Amino acid sequence: MTMPNAPTAPVSFTRGEILQAAPPPASLVGPIGWMRANLFSSPLQALLTVVGAYIAYKLVWTFVDFTIIRAVWTGADRDACLDEKVGRSVGACWPFVWAKFGQFMYGFYPLDSRWRVDLTGIVAIVLLVPLLIPSVPHKALNAVLFFGAFPILAFNLLYGGSIINPWLVVLGWIAIVAGIGLLVAYLMGRADGSASDAILKYGAGALAVGVAAMVLVRSGMFAAPALPVVETRQWGGLLVTLVVATVGIVAALPIGVALALGRRSKMPIIRFLSVAIIELVRGVPLITVLFFATYMLPLFLERSPDAMVRVLVGVSVFSGAYMAETIRGGLQAIPKGQFEGAMALGLNYPRMMGLIVMPQALKLVIPGIVNAFIGLFKDTTLVSIVAIFDLLGGMRAGFTDPQWASPVTLYTGFAFAGIIYFAFCYFMSRYSIFVENRLNTGRRR
Amino acid sequence: MAIMTDGTVPARGTSATKVAFFNDPKVRSLIFQGLALALLVFVIYSAVSNAVTNLSNQRIAAGFGFLDQTAGFGISQTPIAWSESMSYGRAFVIGLLNTLLVAVVGIFFATILGFIVGVSRLSPNWVISKIAYWYVEIIRNLPLLFQILFWYLAVLAAMPTPRNSYSLFGLFFANQRGITVPKPIFEAGSGAIGIALIVGIIAAFAVRSWARKRQAATGQQFPVVSTMIGLIFGLPILAYLASGMPVSFDYAQQGRFNLAGGMTLIPEFVALTLALVAYTAAFIGEIVRAGIQAVSHGQTEAGRSLGLAEGRILNLIVIPQALRVIIPPLTSQYLNLAKNSSLAVGIGYPDMVSVGGTILNQTGQAIEIIAMWMGCYLTISIVTSIFMNWYNARIALVER
Amino acid sequence: MKRIVSTLALGAALGLGATAALAQAPSTTLRNIQNKGFVQCGVSQGLAGFSQPDSAGNWTGLDVDFCRALAAAIFNDPSKVRFSPLSAKDRFTALQSGEVDVLSRNSTWTIQRDTSLGLNFAGINYYDGQGFLVRKSLNVKSARELSGASVCVQTGTTTELNVADFFRTNNLKFEPVVFATADETIKAYDAGRCDVFTTDASGLYAERVKLAKPDDHMVLPEIISKEPLGPVVRHGDDQWFDIVKWTHFAMITAEELNISKANLDQMLQSTNPEIRRTLGAEGNFGEALGLSRDWVVRIVRHVGNYAEVFDRNVGPSTRLGISRGLNALWNKGGLQYAPPIR
Repeated sequence: MTMPNAPTAPVSFTRGEILQAAPPPASLVGPIGWMRANLFSSPLQALLTVVGAYIAYKLVWTFVDFTIIRAVWTGADRDACLDEKVGRSVGACWPFVWAKFGQFMYGFYPLDSRWRVDLTGIVAIVLLVPLLIPSVPHKALNAVLFFGAFPILAFNLLYGGSIINPWLVVLGWIAIVAGIGLLVAYLMGRADGSASDAILKYGAGALAVGVAAMVLVRSGMFAAPALPVVETRQWGGLLVTLVVATVGIVAALPIGVALALGRRSKMPIIRFLSVAIIELVRGVPLITVLFFATYMLPLFLERSPDAMVRVLVGVSVFSGAYMAETIRGGLQAIPKGQFEGAMALGLNYPRMMGLIVMPQALKLVIPGIVNAFIGLFKDTTLVSIVAIFDLLGGMRAGFTDPQWASPVTLYTGFAFAGIIYFAFCYFMSRYSIFVENRLNTGRRR
Repeated sequence: MAIMTDGTVPARGTSATKVAFFNDPKVRSLIFQGLALALLVFVIYSAVSNAVTNLSNQRIAAGFGFLDQTAGFGISQTPIAWSESMSYGRAFVIGLLNTLLVAVVGIFFATILGFIVGVSRLSPNWVISKIAYWYVEIIRNLPLLFQILFWYLAVLAAMPTPRNSYSLFGLFFANQRGITVPKPIFEAGSGAIGIALIVGIIAAFAVRSWARKRQAATGQQFPVVSTMIGLIFGLPILAYLASGMPVSFDYAQQGRFNLAGGMTLIPEFVALTLALVAYTAAFIGEIVRAGIQAVSHGQTEAGRSLGLAEGRILNLIVIPQALRVIIPPLTSQYLNLAKNSSLAVGIGYPDMVSVGGTILNQTGQAIEIIAMWMGCYLTISIVTSIFMNWYNARIALVER
Repeated sequence: MKRIVSTLALGAALGLGATAALAQAPSTTLRNIQNKGFVQCGVSQGLAGFSQPDSAGNWTGLDVDFCRALAAAIFNDPSKVRFSPLSAKDRFTALQSGEVDVLSRNSTWTIQRDTSLGLNFAGINYYDGQGFLVRKSLNVKSARELSGASVCVQTGTTTELNVADFFRTNNLKFEPVVFATADETIKAYDAGRCDVFTTDASGLYAERVKLAKPDDHMVLPEIISKEPLGPVVRHGDDQWFDIVKWTHFAMITAEELNISKANLDQMLQSTNPEIRRTLGAEGNFGEALGLSRDWVVRIVRHVGNYAEVFDRNVGPSTRLGISRGLNALWNKGGLQYAPPIR
């Protein structure tokens, strides 16, 4: 409060200027205040703080001590990691990991072909990173490359065999399906008189291209430029973990979309089938699905597919059922007005879903998809139970190498595999949270 | 698909002037369903016919007749009597009981630990909330099978050999073969104790509901908890004394290889339970945290302004409201735990999958065994869901 | 327009029909192998001395060398073989379904496997029996002292049933601890979960080297079962059955006649009619099998005779240190006996 006549009134009972606020007591601010508020607010809290801090210190110290301070970094065999030979209490035996590194990463993938795995990984990163960073342009092209072309390329590189044939097969099937679709559309058009010859031409052309591609493949003309086949039995380690998780999640998307739409469909039989599949798969553990795929699928088919293919089928169906529920959640979040708007515009069902509803729903469920991927990444460890050697399986196989048998081998393997799993999962969960926050700002308006 | 970029495709007619029969939604829906049904029938038919051929090639007789055959293998944890000369069917039942045992024990402890973690995450104590945070992050980001193996090998490594067992009063022992406790032997007349226990539990809940009604009507309080404890524990003890102490204990003795006698929790069970509890508790913790955060802060403040103590605010105001949000995801975590117990096969705990796998090996009856697994897990899922839905409906606040 | 469609359909039908017809050509296991250029051989997932991959994925062992001998006999190249590591659970299914051409995976010959699983055991390349491994510190001298012990055993094997039988017939109590793979089983035993580890005696020696301190453990003298191990093929292809059977016999005959890698060239000059018949200088038994005349020469040159294979992989000079015992030749006190090549 200032007085208008302050200068003329030399004697005043009130202060002429505002006092500088006194600093809060030392016990409320700064480190001390923070500690009082957050660590020692009551005797009980103080006790909890001390006990908690001690436990945390113990755990962290044990880990650091084992993995770094007492660790052995170089050596040729188990002698380097035996207490008796080294003359001190030994921590992690990292030479074991260096020696088995190839096995942990690639399994028994032939040494001279491992560049193919590396190349696949590099291409995957080059395509995936821009897809994950929101500000990078050309998302559509990028997505087509990653989801369309990359799987075939990865098949080329990882499995080997003819380089051109897989592309022809995929293109051929796309062309055949498109051709049949167009011909059906033409026939339907004839019935209500809106048929156009262009459709017939396109349809016949597509069918011809598809059949030609298939004939080319069958003729073996393009068997020539080929990489040596590396059977899936030789795959292993982190390679298998990533292949199973990636294939599982990529295949889960279409399965999930189909099942989610089926579950919300108005057709009773289709809805019933979708619900039955979803609930059946979600009601049982993954391991029984894997057993189903490994032991029962061969009985139901004429020829038993490759063990890896069986596992991939099992994992895809399993994650597809969970994905269906995630996507259904996204679909339910789309306001009814969007559906009605689409119908009012005269869009048919595929277009309503494909152009209006699904793009919004899928965007909403991106965090859910990333979380599903994390879950799947962790669940791939189960494939080691049906005799496919993923990272964990490779690690367990490494334990039994007599050359490296020592008391610390086991814990070294666990530390290494644990760090890898944690790094992957933690990064992905951060990314999921990042996307979630981004989406939230968009929707908060 | 039959959609082209130039938009000329009248795939499913856009003009409404003249509707062809296949553009009639009803007809089309019938066509689609017919196609789906035909596909289903075809898939089932070809699967069955292939299965019949393959089974006859492999000379496996389909059907559940094998369940009566002698199993011939041993099982390390048997809640009901077992010997090698009993049937495969009984072996499978033992596996199922072991699964249920680990699921029930796991759910019990995971709930407790999960609530502790969830509350700790929100604790004003920085150290506690950080520990809870990193606990959740680390546990959730490591595969469960990895954790089960780790616990198993860590438990084995931390325990002494049977000859150097840790011992508590010579009654309880812990070693690499498990945790051994005295085994109660119920003699004739001990049925009265069981009856007394049941009566005690019923009486305890009767007292509780009476006390609640009285409090609602008159405001008078009643020492419910101590009365309940007294009834549940006191009645069986009275019955035990009254019927002439018919229960004796079989104490563990040091045998040649291991402790003989007593009851043993095998290390596979301990490790599996530890891993499942730790893993599920991390997820439950996050659910509890979200549930508590969903209760508006005004509720807590209102509780304070009424002069309630912090504990009572939590018990009477926050948790009942949070439970509404917590229960549905909690249900799915319980189901996950029950399903995850199937990873027991990784460490040789004789659960349903592990024992079933052995039967599958010995008999080759893949279809029957897998069908039995799926049937059992589905039943467990459905029963748990029904129970939790009932509980959810009970605690749901009646909205105005 | 319709004509286009029908022409296309006809073309497609013809194309598919032609390929289907090609695939229908009659095929035998041998022709299949010659067409694809390698033998697909089912082996164990890692049993030192019998079939074990090193970290580069190169397989070694007694069972592996048998597959290499097959490849040598067929292709004159022991590297034309691919290995499928199979678990105890999957092994017979893999053979029945045609995933592998031959199973060389320490599998016990039993009547049930021979008849109801539809398999043919082509011989016995290792006479084995089930034994027990215990810690020396337990001071156990005989398996009959094992009452009350806990026993680590692998599931899906005959050993799981044998051990139950043994304890039951001797009125002993035991606690079984069952694991899905050999690796898990031995790891649990090493960690102290069990007092006893049981499997085929050969497996005991093979697994013992994986223990942290192999010298602290001993194999008990009792052998509680007969475990004749040998290569297996499926029913229905007698020619392939003969090839597998006689590849095994050829290796034993070579040992009996003292034909080894080292003296092979010398032996080719031999005038001994038995050696001449075996090496294809007289008679034409190889072609009767569907192979070449010099099939035994190929086997011995690339892989060696039975004694060489045994000594190289599991013999006394290796880490396993198994003596010939029952697996010595019949004229040296063992059971290995081959019908004559004539």
